[in-house]
Amino acid sequence: MSDWQRLSRRMLLIHPVQEIPRALPALLGVALAGSRSGNGGLWALVGVGIAVGLGMMRWFTTTYRVTEDRVEVRQGLFRRRLLAVSRDRIRTVDVTAHAFHRLLGVTRVTIGTGRSDREGGGSVRLDGLDARVAARLRDDLLHRTPAPAPSAAPAPATPPTEIARLDSRWVRYGPFTLSGVVAVGVVAGFAANFINEANLDPRQYGVLRDAADQVRDAPLVLAIVEVLVVAMVVVAIASTVGYVLAFWGFRLTRDPRGTLHVTRGLLTTRATTIEERRLHGVEISEPLLLRAVRGARCIAIATGLRVGRGAERGGSLLLPPAPVAEARRVGAAIVRATAPLECPLASHGPRARTRRFTRALMGWAALVVVVAAASALFGWPGWPWQAALALLPFALALAADRYRSLGHAVSGDRLVARAGSLVRRRSVLAHDGIIGWNITRTLFQRRAGLTTLTATTAAGHQHYDVQDVALAEALRVAEAATPGLLTPFLETGAARRAA
Amino acid sequence: MTRHSNWHPPAVPSPALRPPAHRVSRTAIRYWAARALGGWLVIAAAQVGWWIAAGGHTGLRIAGLAATVALAAAHAIVMPQWRYRVHRWEVAPQAVYTRAGWLRQESRIAPISRIQTVDSERGPLEQIFGLANVTVTTASAAGPLEIDGLDYATALRLVDELTTAAQATRGDAT
Repeated sequence: MSDWQRLSRRMLLIHPVQEIPRALPALLGVALAGSRSGNGGLWALVGVGIAVGLGMMRWFTTTYRVTEDRVEVRQGLFRRRLLAVSRDRIRTVDVTAHAFHRLLGVTRVTIGTGRSDREGGGSVRLDGLDARVAARLRDDLLHRTPAPAPSAAPAPATPPTEIARLDSRWVRYGPFTLSGVVAVGVVAGFAANFINEANLDPRQYGVLRDAADQVRDAPLVLAIVEVLVVAMVVVAIASTVGYVLAFWGFRLTRDPRGTLHVTRGLLTTRATTIEERRLHGVEISEPLLLRAVRGARCIAIATGLRVGRGAERGGSLLLPPAPVAEARRVGAAIVRATAPLECPLASHGPRARTRRFTRALMGWAALVVVVAAASALFGWPGWPWQAALALLPFALALAADRYRSLGHAVSGDRLVARAGSLVRRRSVLAHDGIIGWNITRTLFQRRAGLTTLTATTAAGHQHYDVQDVALAEALRVAEAATPGLLTPFLETGAARRAA
Repeated sequence: MTRHSNWHPPAVPSPALRPPAHRVSRTAIRYWAARALGGWLVIAAAQVGWWIAAGGHTGLRIAGLAATVALAAAHAIVMPQWRYRVHRWEVAPQAVYTRAGWLRQESRIAPISRIQTVDSERGPLEQIFGLANVTVTTASAAGPLEIDGLDYATALRLVDELTTAAQATRGDAT
């Protein structure tokens, strides 16, 4: 496989189609400028021709090759670029196919190298390859067999084992993911903009006019309730559609050669392969709404897979919103131990509880003061600060729940930490994934005898915190997780008194 | 196979983290004070500039400036002394250990075998005071160890020592 190869020939069709929307503003400009001389249509046609030509040029100028020790991509017409990635630095391979790609049997391959500290992650993208070529390439890159010993018989290929697959009943968690909020917001924004620009009057349409009149004539409280209900229904529907689009056909498998494999997607299919050697743990994440209906997600903690940040999140997702028991089962299957996911957690004690309440109340008080001051200064009506006052029960409930979430444990060779209320996360981090420790003590924490113990790691969020734990307990946890690392810096009570 | 951590405090006295062995340079106190005053100077200049541009409210403006000066003085006197008591560092055979901060204090420990880069930096102000800082990074974006306010010779020696020690261990340190 060491010759320079081209992308799939079918990209000659896809590249121009991708190029035209990007060139649209320029095309519009050309058409407008041309229309003054009377032949705007002709100029627009020339513009489209150039865009298509440039799109096709990408196929002619891009070549790649996979050698024994690296993957190289050459691209560009005027500015030639050579991208090379050492094969032993490859951590993940992501195969994505958008709807149009799928029609033509083409996929986009993204090879990740585990540089989670910079944008783009130093990854190499091949857009696109024939689906079968892509599958073979992925297999080849991640399941690289060491040069076979001449006498050894080829090991029998064991089929991958399935860990989880989508149960269509899980779609009921869709509305609780709120993934539709952004989509609805964007669509509403576009619609409003369009109506404005096109000088359309929504009141021309009977249904909309009736609805608007109804809302305007109803009493205020009823109108607010109506609008809220409509918004909730729309968001719920959009979120459910989003869930189905993103996770349809979800399947998580483990290849005995040491990789995990996630496939999912209805229109855009996505297949992510994670090297288990780079997987240092899992995170069970329960956003408040999802937790209310006993749902949870399972996320990988792996080097090279950044957690959070929209699209990147997709790469580390091991289980879409599903029943919490299923999330725990999958997590346990991934880390090959049940205890870290199920074991009871040590609570952080009354001082940590006091701190949760102090912080929630301080936040609430600050909000009330700011809103009240603004009301006094700018002559706002009375209801904003009354509303802020009425938030007190929520602040208290938040504090109580945040304390209930706090917990930690050392289970086998894994550190378990849990925290958070709006999004509660239980992180399970393998001890050998821990690089070092940060022990933070703010002024108020010192007064309460508490500390925040942070395990630093190259995987996932880069740091996992045990919040507001007694200092002695923090040291015990750190000693248990990384034996010997702290020992030179510890002193016993006796030595301390002698000093 | 698993060990739950519903630990109860053992009968033996609980261990405590001792501070790192070395303090930073005493000159750092003056350096931190100068750095803090620089920041306050910007605020005071903005206040004066606003006064000149907009005028009026003489009493309020003088009170505002006085408050800035008082806060600046308190900050420049208290913070550096406090920091000097907190800021410490130590290099053990297996690990680097630092402590920094004043209101919010942070101790950081990283094994020598996981060190990725060691570098030293001197800003203009640090050069005036003959100081330098040393930053030790690991593969985690969350854990750089920074030692602020070392005298220049110590910083150079430390960079050299840590680089040599880190080179002695192999692996990609992730």
